[in-house]
Amino acid sequence: MQDLLIVKDVVKQYGDYTALTNANISVPKGSIYGLLGPNGAGKTTLMRIINQITAPDSGEVIFDGEPLQKHHIAEIGYMPEERGLYKKMKVGEQALYLAQLKGMSYNTALDKLKYWFEKLDILSWWNKKVEELSKGMAQKIQFIVTVIHEPKLLIFDEPFSGFDPINAAIIRKEILELAEKGTTIIFSTHRMESVEEICDHIALINKSNTILDGTIEDIKKQFATNTFKIVTSGGEIQENDFFNIVSMEDNNYQIKPKDGKSIKEILESILKDTEIISFKKETPSMEEIFIKAVNNA
Amino acid sequence: MHKIWLIIKREYLVRVRKKSFIIMTILGPMLMAALLIVPTFLATQTKENRIIALNEDANFNLEDSEFIHFTTIPTSEAEILKTDFSESLFYALLHIEGENFTLYSNQQISLSVSKSIERQLEQIIEHEKLKLFGIDLQILENASTEINITTKIISEDGNTSNSQAEASMGIGFISGILIYIFIFMYGTMVMRGVIEEKTSRIVEVIISSVKPFQLMMGKILGVALVGLTQFILWILLTVIISTLAELFFLDLNVMATEMNSSDQSMILAQVDELTGGINLLQIFLAFIFYFLAGYLMYSALFAAVGSAVDAEADTQQFVLPITIPLILSFLLITPIMENPDGTLAFWMSMIPFTSPVIMMVRLPFGVANWELALSIVILIAAFIGTTWFAGRIYRTGILMYGKKVSYKELWRWLKY
Repeated sequence: MQDLLIVKDVVKQYGDYTALTNANISVPKGSIYGLLGPNGAGKTTLMRIINQITAPDSGEVIFDGEPLQKHHIAEIGYMPEERGLYKKMKVGEQALYLAQLKGMSYNTALDKLKYWFEKLDILSWWNKKVEELSKGMAQKIQFIVTVIHEPKLLIFDEPFSGFDPINAAIIRKEILELAEKGTTIIFSTHRMESVEEICDHIALINKSNTILDGTIEDIKKQFATNTFKIVTSGGEIQENDFFNIVSMEDNNYQIKPKDGKSIKEILESILKDTEIISFKKETPSMEEIFIKAVNNA
Repeated sequence: MHKIWLIIKREYLVRVRKKSFIIMTILGPMLMAALLIVPTFLATQTKENRIIALNEDANFNLEDSEFIHFTTIPTSEAEILKTDFSESLFYALLHIEGENFTLYSNQQISLSVSKSIERQLEQIIEHEKLKLFGIDLQILENASTEINITTKIISEDGNTSNSQAEASMGIGFISGILIYIFIFMYGTMVMRGVIEEKTSRIVEVIISSVKPFQLMMGKILGVALVGLTQFILWILLTVIISTLAELFFLDLNVMATEMNSSDQSMILAQVDELTGGINLLQIFLAFIFYFLAGYLMYSALFAAVGSAVDAEADTQQFVLPITIPLILSFLLITPIMENPDGTLAFWMSMIPFTSPVIMMVRLPFGVANWELALSIVILIAAFIGTTWFAGRIYRTGILMYGKKVSYKELWRWLKY
C-alpha cells in the first residue's frame, strides 16, 4: 500500500523548547491512523505542521508523492482540538464561508452543504445563530465544515470531545463511511477504546519522539505478554512442568506457559484435576501498551 | 488573493449588519445635525419678555434690552415682594441698597440675565467714577481703537492670498479630531475581532485554510471599509438631515425673504474668502491618506495585542503604550495650532505615531511640500514596518491559550 503522507525527521523548536525531535510517521493511503501520545508530546505541533499552520525547522513532509505545498490545503481537512465557530454568525452563512475558504466555489459549497445538512438531519438550523446551538450541535457543524471539501486526508484532533454518546456514534459512523470511500484519516486522541475500535494503524509520540509506529496487530503482538486467563469451577490449579502461575484470586488464575509447551498440553494437565469454565489468551489493551511504552521510553 | 477577499467581505458584512453600526450611523448625523440646527432654531424663537422690578428709591438709569425690561415699583411694594414673590408677575426683583445689589425671584435666575444686569451696573458705576476723576467720556471714547490686521501669505509660485487663521484652526482641529476618533474606534474594533476569533476558538480552523497574515490583513481592511462607509454615510446623512430639518423647523417665508439671491451670493463670497488661503483639495486628499495610513498602522498593532491575550480584560498593559502617542497627539492639537510651524509641530508631524493627527492640524496653515512628502514616506514605511512586526506576533499569539503573556514573551515570538 502506498503512503499518502510521510513525515521524515521533522524537528520543531520554539525558542528553547523542543516540540518535536525527529518525528517520523508514514500514513498508508486509505488507513485510519491513530496518533497517540500523552499531553505535551508534540501531537498538535505535528498536526499543525501537516496543515502548514507552522513550518518545521528541518525535515520534510511528503503528501501524495510530492513535498507539501500551499495548494495541498484544499486536499486536507483539519478539525483541531481547540475548535469553535463565530458565535454571532448564522450557521449556513458560516459554513459557506468556511467551505469557500477551502477553495470551493459558492455553488458547489452550497450543494454539498445541503447534502450534509440533510444527511445529519440539521437542515432546520441553517438560519440559526451558532450561539443558539448546544455544544454538541455546534460540533456537528464543525464536523461538516471539516469534511465538506472532500479532502484526501482528514485529520481529527480529539473528535469526540463535546459529543454525547449518541452523537459520538453518529460521527463515528460518518468517519468510518468516509474511510470506506477511500479517505485517509488521522486520528488523535487520548481515548484508547476508540483507538482500538476505529484505527488500523497507530503511532505513539512521546517527549517529541515517535516511539511506536505500525498496525495495531503488529503492535499488540510486540507487546503480547503470552499469558492466559483461566476460570475454574472451584478446583485448585497447581503449577506443573507446563506452566507457572502468575497470579491467582479465588477461581481466577493467570498463567504463563513454560518455554516450548503447547496449549493442548497445558489444558490437558489442568483438566486432570479441575473443570475449566473459561480459558482465554490475554492480549494487552491499547491503554496498557500506551502506558508501558511511555514508561519504558 | 481570492481568499483575502472572502475574509474582507465577511468582516465588512458582519459589522455593517450589526444593530450597533446601524444605530451609530443614524444617531451620529442626527447629533451633528442637532448641533447645527438647535441653536438656529432657538434663535428664531421669540423669547419671553422678562420684566425686572426695581425699587423706586434707587436712582439707577438701567436701559431695557431685547429681553429684559425694567420697571420701577414703590419701595413698600418691593419690601413685600422680597418675602412673597409667588403672586407677582415679575421675573425678578433687583433690590439696590447703596452698592449692594440683590436679585430676588421665585425661580432660578438665568446666568445671562444676571450677567447682563451686572454689566450694565458696572458700566454705570465706572462712568460715575470716571466723571468723578474729571475724565471726559468723549475723550475716552475717542481714545479706544480697534485694529484688524490682514495677513497675506506669499506662496511658492508668488501668489498672495489672505490667510485666515480661524478657518485654518477650524479645519485643522476638526480633521485632527476625526482622525483621532476613527483610529481609536476602528483600531479597537480590529482588536476585539481578533480576540473574538481567539476566544471562540475558530482561529485554528481558519488558518488551516489561509495564512495568519491573510486573516489579519483581511480583518484590518474589512474594518477599514466599515470605517469609510460610516464616515461617508455620516457626511451624507448630516447634509440631508440638516437640510430637511431647516426646511421643516424654520419658517419658509422668513427664509425666503431673509435670504434673497444677493444675500446668498454674498455668503458664498464670504465662504470663499474665509477659505481662500487654504488648499481644500490638498487637505481632503491628505485627510484620506492620513486617515487610512494612520488607521492601518495602528490597527496592525491593535491586532497584535488582540492576538497576544485571551480576553479583552487582559489588553490593558499592551494597549497603553499604543495609545500614549495617540493621546499625546490629541493633547498637542491646541499648542500646535498656536505655533503650526514650530519645532515641536515639525517633529510631531514626522514621527509616524503622531503624524496622522498633527499633520492634519498643521496642513491648513500651509506646510512645505517637502515636509508633507517626507511625512507621508515615513508613515508608509512605518505602516509596512508595524504590519510586519504585528504579523509575526499575531501568527504565534493566536495559537497560544491560557498563557499570561509578557513583553519578554512577545519579543521571543518575533524571532520564531
